[in-house]
Amino acid sequence: MIGESMYQELILEHYKHPQGRGLREPYDAEVHHVNPTCGDEVTLRVKVADGGKVLDVSYDGQGCSISQAAASVLHELATGSTVDESLSVVDEFTRLMQGRGQVEPDEDVLGDAVAFAGVAKFPARVKCALLAWMAYKDALMRSQG
Amino acid sequence: MSAPGFDVERIRKDFPVLGRELPGGRSLVYLDSGNSSQKPTQVIETMRDHLTWHYGNVGRALHVLGSESTEAYEAARDKIAAFVKAPSRDEIVFTKNASEALNLVAYAFGNPVGEDERFRIGPGDEIVISEMEHHSNIVPWQLLAQRTGATLRWFPVTDEGRLDIGGLEELVNERTKIVSIAHQSNVLGTVNSVSPILARVREVGALMMLDASQSVPHQPVDVTELGVDFVAFTGHKMVGPSGIGVLWGRRELLDAMPPFLGGGEMIEAVWMDRSTYAPVPHKFEAGTPPIVEAIGLGAAADYLTAVGMDQIKAHEKELVAYALEALPEVPGLRIIGPRTPIARGGTISFTLEGIHPHDVGQILDDVYGIAVRVGHHCARPLHLRFGIPATTRASFYLYNTTAEIDALVRGLHHVQKVFG
Repeated sequence: MIGESMYQELILEHYKHPQGRGLREPYDAEVHHVNPTCGDEVTLRVKVADGGKVLDVSYDGQGCSISQAAASVLHELATGSTVDESLSVVDEFTRLMQGRGQVEPDEDVLGDAVAFAGVAKFPARVKCALLAWMAYKDALMRSQG
Repeated sequence: MSAPGFDVERIRKDFPVLGRELPGGRSLVYLDSGNSSQKPTQVIETMRDHLTWHYGNVGRALHVLGSESTEAYEAARDKIAAFVKAPSRDEIVFTKNASEALNLVAYAFGNPVGEDERFRIGPGDEIVISEMEHHSNIVPWQLLAQRTGATLRWFPVTDEGRLDIGGLEELVNERTKIVSIAHQSNVLGTVNSVSPILARVREVGALMMLDASQSVPHQPVDVTELGVDFVAFTGHKMVGPSGIGVLWGRRELLDAMPPFLGGGEMIEAVWMDRSTYAPVPHKFEAGTPPIVEAIGLGAAADYLTAVGMDQIKAHEKELVAYALEALPEVPGLRIIGPRTPIARGGTISFTLEGIHPHDVGQILDDVYGIAVRVGHHCARPLHLRFGIPATTRASFYLYNTTAEIDALVRGLHHVQKVFG
């Protein structure tokens, strides 16, 4: 029963009831990222206020439960935080995902995203979890010009 | 139930990995042979024996090991020639895989080194493939079209997953230089009927190639009876090793084609400014070939012949008929491809409504030890045709059982419980 430890209740919950899904106006930048090995894709928009507060992260896409749940969790964590705060969450999430299951996640930083810790043990699925998060990082860079 | 004399339990004993326990105490249910097949002890031991006692380079070393290696390598060519009923052993070219075999033929066209009219191609000429091709029978022809200005065209696929040859007369015409299609689809399982297309190809004076990667391992294939000009297949899908593939081509065409890769052993004489080339098949085998892999492939052909290709075909037909009955019991399951066991092989691709194939494959593997393939199976245009990003694919071989299909159905019910 290795696999089911990857499919944490929280991940399935986000997959079945995605938060903040759908592309919204206004936005500062839009990006489209794909995972060519499995065909997962995400289109993601960010809207950032002058003071650096992330006003909205909206997205649409298709893919497996891991990629779609990761986008939903990202929306929850990033919206309402600041660019700097959310980037530090992205960094911690990336560190966890690329840690081959050997990294102790910082729950204080990651919040709900800690549920993805099990995915790190499945190299083929790490890209699924990171898809929306890398898209977010890219969108922020573009929005900052 | 099985064909007379066919004992699947005895066959399974030849494949040690099938008895392997996976982490967590799961047993292995291997339903991914369309991707790559498992290897019997007979192949593994032949390769081990050669590497241990007989290994030397082929074709050029005069010592005992060199001649033993050359003899074994060339004997493998004889075995493959016999396996596909090639009229001459010299028509068997060893390549790295089926992709290389397809590329080899594609690069013979529009090549200034060659002079034969049949391989001349340019703007206004046409290349015909189909919508159900593996990328290895699409991309080489796209590249050829880009290099030469020729036009790439293709047969569409029907909703049932059959080749739509309604437009044959128009699609294959006086401008057509080559038609290259799959003998059996790696996604749909469909076995394509060659003769009506070949008849039209002959009428217009074009050439025809078959990607037989999915048929040669699973049914008796007689290249003479097929009547086409080129056939490509690969070793690792037919219980042989990876790293070895085969191009069969009609002798006079192979003679007329320019070399593909230049290098050692493909030459007759070399001057600083020009070369003459070795006769076929060596003209197409530049450099040290995959020696032990070829010998392993010869052992694979021996193994399959001893079991009997007719028997293997009959066994797989039983498996696929059983699976086509059993799988639709799973709610929301849609088979992509023919739903009757007629003119189709033991490969079944499907979608489960609302559940991504990656999630299906992960649960099947991690909970039940069931190995299937998920994704677009290197046939993205076919998936676009059906409006789906990916499928889950179960593919059967001589060592699979109906009990394994039962396990798959149980696994799919569980997948639905997790994601439903």
